[in-house]
Amino acid sequence: MSVQESITRAQRTLKEQPWQLYASQISVLVRNGVRRNLFTRRRVWVYLLALIPVLILVTHNIVSRYNVETLSLQNETEVLAGIIQLYYFRLGIFFACMGIFTWLFRGEMVERTLHYQFLVPVRKEVLVVGKFLAGAIISVALFEAAVFACFYLTYSRFGSAGRFYVFDGPGLSQLGSYLLVTALACLGYGAVFLALSLLFKNPIIPGAMLMGWEAIAPIFPAWAQRLSVTFYLKHLCPVTLPVDGPMAIFTVVAEPVSPFVAVSGLLCLTIAILVLSCFLIHRIEITYTAE
Amino acid sequence: MMPDDRQIVFENVSKFYGEVLGVNKVNFSLEPGITSLVGPNGSGKTTLMNLLTGLIRPSQGSIHVLGLTTHQPVEFFRQVGYCTQFDSFPPGTNGYDFIYWPLRLHGFDHDQAAKLTNEALERSGMAQVARRKVAGYSKGMRQRIRLAQSIAHHPAVLVLDEPLNGLDPMARAESIALFQSIAQQGMHVIISSHILEEVDRISDRVVLMSSGYVVAEGQIREVRQEVRDHPMQILVRCSNAAKLASAAFELDHVVEAKILTDGQSVLVRTRDAEQFYLLLNKVVSGGLVEVDAVAPADDDVNSIYQYLIGSDGSPA
Repeated sequence: MSVQESITRAQRTLKEQPWQLYASQISVLVRNGVRRNLFTRRRVWVYLLALIPVLILVTHNIVSRYNVETLSLQNETEVLAGIIQLYYFRLGIFFACMGIFTWLFRGEMVERTLHYQFLVPVRKEVLVVGKFLAGAIISVALFEAAVFACFYLTYSRFGSAGRFYVFDGPGLSQLGSYLLVTALACLGYGAVFLALSLLFKNPIIPGAMLMGWEAIAPIFPAWAQRLSVTFYLKHLCPVTLPVDGPMAIFTVVAEPVSPFVAVSGLLCLTIAILVLSCFLIHRIEITYTAE
Repeated sequence: MMPDDRQIVFENVSKFYGEVLGVNKVNFSLEPGITSLVGPNGSGKTTLMNLLTGLIRPSQGSIHVLGLTTHQPVEFFRQVGYCTQFDSFPPGTNGYDFIYWPLRLHGFDHDQAAKLTNEALERSGMAQVARRKVAGYSKGMRQRIRLAQSIAHHPAVLVLDEPLNGLDPMARAESIALFQSIAQQGMHVIISSHILEEVDRISDRVVLMSSGYVVAEGQIREVRQEVRDHPMQILVRCSNAAKLASAAFELDHVVEAKILTDGQSVLVRTRDAEQFYLLLNKVVSGGLVEVDAVAPADDDVNSIYQYLIGSDGSPA
């Protein structure tokens, strides 16, 4: 078959697909996925992961409300950068995505309800996309709200100086960057954990290995660093962290890349892992007794 | 063999779970009507149903349902409904949502899905409790709501794994009537069941399974005819049991002719039922005896099951 014939065939196949049906199925899957995974007691620990820095900042604001003049805007900006880069990207979003995205399929295996998803006229690829989007909506909404709350709590206590920093200084742009990076972190880690849940019965050990990889990736060659989610995230963070000691490894930027490359690179990585998940889902069989 | 677009075809299908045999070298094709899968626990009935619906993949062989395979899920699952044995439900769901949302995944809009949901709830007798959480249902209600979900989209092939388990006699009778009405519309209904009397009453054909193998398949009478090791039993109620018994004994293929305690009935065990019926015609037309009733005494699933599989589930 010639290249031209292959292209024509692929175009015809794409044209023949019931895209409208797929779109309506994805919207149903997303709705059910969000309802099932967001408003549940099982997710309390995820809410806590997102809210811990917010609670700390609230406490900090209450304790230091009478000596605001001792606080420095620059210092607090670095503290906020540390919270987001070292806590949210390394721990909070990582573990929350592990909990949310591995549960999308593996949880249904444990609850013995996955067969209902396999007995409807839905392509398994559509199922993967629908479930991934449900997980993405949950994690993005939760952590964007948490990051926004941290940002608000950091600058609100400075009064007019804080307002000036946010609206007339670099504040709003930093907020935009943090929200973008948070969303990308959720998508990147989400895709990885979804794929891991389809590869392994217990994704905890590969998850721990991934965490180790994300930590040590900066010391590897540039091509290997591109296989790490944090490689892309670090280049989009608006504030560089002045960290000394062993923690400095988490802030190493080995090879600078442009924001466009970082965003498109992470999105490409996410899509590539989702495509892999679409292949992996076909290996899944409903044998609950083996779980 | 070319897959027929009205048949369900298993071609040399085997399934192994590691080194454990699920089913082995299954070959058959099913016409529309009610087909019962019969066999002891662990014989491979559920494996066969899971293979049919794509929940598990065959280690070898192929399966076609109305000319479709599970590689075409959109077309396939519009034609197939499966009521599994898994007694589990999405957490927090109620009976209505349990049926409504899968219908939305079929592509039905809200109005169509709501109409089909209500119809399925009515047919399964669950309309009154549809808004209650499934977690609060009794076992029989959970069974019926699963049945309702599997029939809601009007499938051409309905696969039911032990559908009568947990149902009270009334619900059982209603479910059987429902299966029969679906089969009468030219659909396939495939049932696995341990309740052999009911299987016998409703089935057009049986597939007998033991230890992962199909030991017999076809219409109950045909299968019974094939079990030649066990002479067929025919019960004849007539005016003169002694005369009929002595006439029967003259035939080589008659193994036993026993006059029952009522003195009016003879239980004949014969290796050639056709020949015995010819004899019966002869004695009746000759005025030797008057026959009130003739009935095969072991021409049922229960007897075939006993003969082929044995009460302990091992092949006889």
